[in-house]
Amino acid sequence: MKSLKAAEHRLSQPELQLEILNNGSETLKNVPKFGDKLRDTGLHPLKPTGIDIFQVNVGYMCNETCKHCHVDAGPDRKEIMTRETMELCLDAVRDTDIGTVDLTGGAPEMNPHFRWFVEEIKALNKHIIVRSNLTILTVNPKYRELPLFFAEHGVEVVASLPYYLQRNTDAQRGDGVFDKSIIGLQMLNAVGYAQSESDLMLNLAYNPTGAFLPANQKTMEADFRRVLKKNHDISFNNLFAITNLPISRFLDFLIMSGNVDDYMTKLVNAYNPSAAANVMCRNIISVGWDGYLYDCDFNQMLQMKVNSSAPRHLRDFDLARLNERTIVIDQHCYGCTAGAGSSCGGAIA
Amino acid sequence: MSDTYYNPEDLAKFGSIGEFGPELSKKFFDYYGAVFAEGALSEREKALIALAVSHAVQCPYCIDAYTTDCLEKGSNEMQMMEAVHVSAAIRGGASLVHSVQMMNKVKKISM
Repeated sequence: MKSLKAAEHRLSQPELQLEILNNGSETLKNVPKFGDKLRDTGLHPLKPTGIDIFQVNVGYMCNETCKHCHVDAGPDRKEIMTRETMELCLDAVRDTDIGTVDLTGGAPEMNPHFRWFVEEIKALNKHIIVRSNLTILTVNPKYRELPLFFAEHGVEVVASLPYYLQRNTDAQRGDGVFDKSIIGLQMLNAVGYAQSESDLMLNLAYNPTGAFLPANQKTMEADFRRVLKKNHDISFNNLFAITNLPISRFLDFLIMSGNVDDYMTKLVNAYNPSAAANVMCRNIISVGWDGYLYDCDFNQMLQMKVNSSAPRHLRDFDLARLNERTIVIDQHCYGCTAGAGSSCGGAIA
Repeated sequence: MSDTYYNPEDLAKFGSIGEFGPELSKKFFDYYGAVFAEGALSEREKALIALAVSHAVQCPYCIDAYTTDCLEKGSNEMQMMEAVHVSAAIRGGASLVHSVQMMNKVKKISM
């Protein structure tokens, strides 16, 4: 499957995605503006609580082409962070209180400078998260060494697994993905991840395989733990329940399946003020492959850079000014405030 | 009036039944909410029961609502289909068990 961008699909244009979410139908036109919802909750304008997590998207290339991917990642995406931009990242977080560097993609492991970058972040004594699709760990000998590399550098792995059964996982992520993901998880367990004598953290990211909200995080964690242990002898630490945001390929799915109005209505009706107060954009900064700064990875994919009053590129990184910025919002933000809320770390309310 | 007896958009208007009788409506929805809250049975178990009953009473609104609800409670297609088979088994069994009455009658009036 090609990415939307490679297929020159109309939804590869961020401005069109936002136009659809705001005015794509009578229903969508009548959806309350997210900013008004925040105002009713006393959270407008939305401000940071202080940046704790420096999330770096090191490139949109991926070995998978998942149907829901908000990045529109895939093998045909060529956007890759250079070593020079990685050095700007290191300069930005050095000598700051930012404790965590969170590496995402695409498949971040496919960046040619990935291992060097992890080693340099480790040397700064920062906690490192790698968001892995798991299957990349199985594709060739170079990548099969990565579980041990992760373990040696104390990397926290957040692994994508939308469901504990093959049918649902493959329906979203592609044929054969579930079986390879199981092998990837077993490789991580084998080097000490999520083992009782080890502090190596392996967390799973579960997201709905369709146009519905995620189930209760604790309930699903218990299900995943029971089934993965019984069927595959796999252990993990925590499960993060993540809502699909109505952008990019998931928006394409919603439109093609006739679900976009109902899904947006569902998100709006499930607006949770407690979740809104804890949205991840309040304590994260997202860095694009080219060094531009965003409030979150979703805004990055919609090319909505941080507010113009703040520095917009790593070259001008200024933590104090970024902590004073106003967070940029639009209708897709309802995805993070529905129900128990959603973030890169799962439920937030 | 719609051209059909069932309109999918009416599902979202369920709450408006109080328009012609707010007191009873409120009592019903309070009860409804309490029934589906986590208790001795989990919310997921209750949603699966509701899905099965929806098929037994053949309510399209209920099937629509509880299909989504089951997925949002983390159930999968196999579990949901088994719940519907439970419904079908009870409905089928309810017919078949009456065949005992038929057989009794046959035996009574036959030589």
